[in-house]
This record gives sequence, C-alpha cells and structure tokens, in this order.
Amino acid sequence: MKFNKEVLIKPLNRANPVTVLVLGICSALAVTAQLKPALVMGLSVVIVTAFSNLIVSFLRNGIPNRIRIIVQLVVVATLVIIVEQVLKAFAYEMWKSLSVFLGLIITNCILMGRLEAFALGNKPFDSFLDGIGNGMGYAIVLFIVGFVRELLGSGSLFGIKVIPQSFYDAGYANNGLMILPPMALIVVACIIWVQRSIRKELQEK
Amino acid sequence: MDLLNLFIKSVFVDNMIFAYFLGMCSYLAVSKTVKTSMGLGIAVTFVLVATVPVNYLLHTYILKEGAMAWISPQLAGMDLSFLSFILFIAIIASIVQILEMVVEKFAPALYASLGIFLPLIAVNCAILGASLFMQQRNFDSLGESTVYALGSGIGWLLAILGMAAIREHLKYSKVPAPLRGLGITFIIAGLMGLAFMGFMGIKL
Repeated sequence: MKFNKEVLIKPLNRANPVTVLVLGICSALAVTAQLKPALVMGLSVVIVTAFSNLIVSFLRNGIPNRIRIIVQLVVVATLVIIVEQVLKAFAYEMWKSLSVFLGLIITNCILMGRLEAFALGNKPFDSFLDGIGNGMGYAIVLFIVGFVRELLGSGSLFGIKVIPQSFYDAGYANNGLMILPPMALIVVACIIWVQRSIRKELQEK
Repeated sequence: MDLLNLFIKSVFVDNMIFAYFLGMCSYLAVSKTVKTSMGLGIAVTFVLVATVPVNYLLHTYILKEGAMAWISPQLAGMDLSFLSFILFIAIIASIVQILEMVVEKFAPALYASLGIFLPLIAVNCAILGASLFMQQRNFDSLGESTVYALGSGIGWLLAILGMAAIREHLKYSKVPAPLRGLGITFIIAGLMGLAFMGFMGIKL
C-alpha cells in the first residue's frame, strides 16, 4: 500500500472542490455565520466523503453500471444518517443548530462528484485519501468563511469574545451585515479572488 | 390567506438560494444563458411540486412519531424519523425517474427542452432541502406543503433567471482577471441576496 501524498494534498489548494471545481457550495454556507457549526459541518463532510469513497471503491467492481447512482446514494445516505444520529446523541445543541443542513450532505455535489470521478476507478486506500483531501479542502473554505464572519459579525471566535471592550468603547461596532446569509457568498468570492491572484493558471478567460 | 402568505414568503423571504444556498451548484453552473436557466428552473419547480407532497404523506403517515397508529395501535409508539433521509432521497430519485419516462412518452417537445436537466435534479440540494424543511416546520396539511413547494420552486426560478440575465450582460464588462467567471458570479449572487433581504418581514 503506497501512501499517495498527491491525492491528499491537491484538493486543499490547486483542485479545491469549492473554489476551483465549484462543487458542494449548496448545503454549507448557511452554517458559517459562526465558527463552531462551520467546523462541525466541515468535519462531518470529511468523515462522509472519506468513508463513502472507501466503501464505493471496495464495491466498484460489483456495482452494475446502470444502478451505480442509486448504490452511491444509499451508501452516502447511510453514512450521513450515522453521523447525524451520533451528533444527535452526543451534541444535541449542535445537531439542532445544523438542522436540515446535515441531511443535505447527501446531496452535496462533492460526494457524488468524487465517487463518480475517483472512487469508481481507483483502489480503496487512494480513494480514502482522496475523500479526506476533498473533505478537508471543503472544511478549510468553511473554516475561513466562518472565521471571517464570526470575527467581524459578532466580534468573537468559537463564541469567546476576542475583540476587547476598549475597542467598543472607542467606537468600534460589530458589522451586523456579516451575519446575514448573502455575505457568505461575498466572503467566498474574496477567497477565490485571493487564490486566483496567487495562482494565475486558475484564472478564467 | 395563510396559503397566500406562505407562498409569498417562500418565493421572496425564504428564497431557497439567497436565504439557504440550496441548489447552488446547478445555480452557478447552468446560469450562463437565460434559455437554459429557464428550462432548469421550470424543471426544478416541477419536481418540487411532485416530490414534496409525496414526502409529506410519507412523513405524516409513516415516519413521524406515532404516525403509524392508523395501521394498528401497537405501532403507535414507533418513531421512524431517523429513516427520513434515506427514504426521502429514494422517493425523489424514483419520482424523477418516473417523471422523465412520462414526459418522454407524452410530451416529447417538453422532454427535448427539459430532458437533460431531469437526471441532474435528483441530486439538487433544493429538492431534498424542501422536503427536509417541510419535515422540520411541521406543515399542517397537504395543501400547505404543496404551496410551499410551488413557492420555493418559483423563487428558485426567479433567482436563476435574474442571475442568467445579469451574466449575459457581464460579457461586455471588464472584470478583474482573478474574479472572472466564478468569483464575480459569487459576488453578484451575494448582492442579489442582499436585495432579496429587502423583502424580509413582508406579510399579507
């Protein structure tokens, strides 16, 4: 079993699922108003992508081509149910604040995209790494968005105040706009802007 | 009046795209021309109206806690709601498949314009999202959930049409190189979302 570093590292930046491949924006930006749910959501997606890639890769020679989408959906849905039930049992508050967005991991395009593009044609261990890499690439974007929005919007990180009271006394105010959903899109746009300024080969004509 | 209120609310205030980011992938990928986005928007509305009521019935009569009391009193204590993800997605996938076959058989012209979008829709987050919201908000009747589905679909259609119209005009403007394509699309979506927030609090 060779440790293929490339499949693990590439999705973090050069082939980031969110900012480069435009996959999986759907279910998650709504949870990034604060850092903690964003982190939990990111981790849940890492777990689901890694294990669904692993399982589908084990099954890849046994799945008839015509029904592969349904098989993939069943594998993903089962994993999501497991993650959801675990969160419900051990982190009830978090489960409540993520609400329907946990279920929406099922239709996250990253999952289907990676299963179709990678797991169906590669060995289990490589697929597992690819799943972790893509999940992490997604989690990083969520983390950055959550960080910016919570810092500017509520002046805190993980619910702990980080902007000192003296700032507020001097006239600083939290930017309430950051809490609103549309700002998540604009923060992602800024991430894309920075990334594509550094990596010129990603720019579109 | 409640139904009308719910409809307006689901089109503008709780807009699938701008308030919850659902269906974002196809929204960004397909909104390049007005014609194709119209097709996708109609297909999404169509599938929403077909799936949410079915999932509502499934939820009320089988999955909800105590929902199976109508079969026999022994089943009154059952709570199958943990199965809802897998059943909802199965229902959606099969309804999409059936719709595709029906449309192909009876309305070939419609199939020619919608056909390519239908399979894509099975994994569109907006469809599953609407069913999950239906479950979470506990709608009282079949009518309510149908109206909600119709409203969300039309809201989605409006959002993608607006985006496509803007992107068609964007061709003539000078966008900074790193923002071209994806970046500027995100910013436009954000600005449209802010505009839609102006509808917040509307009640009829």
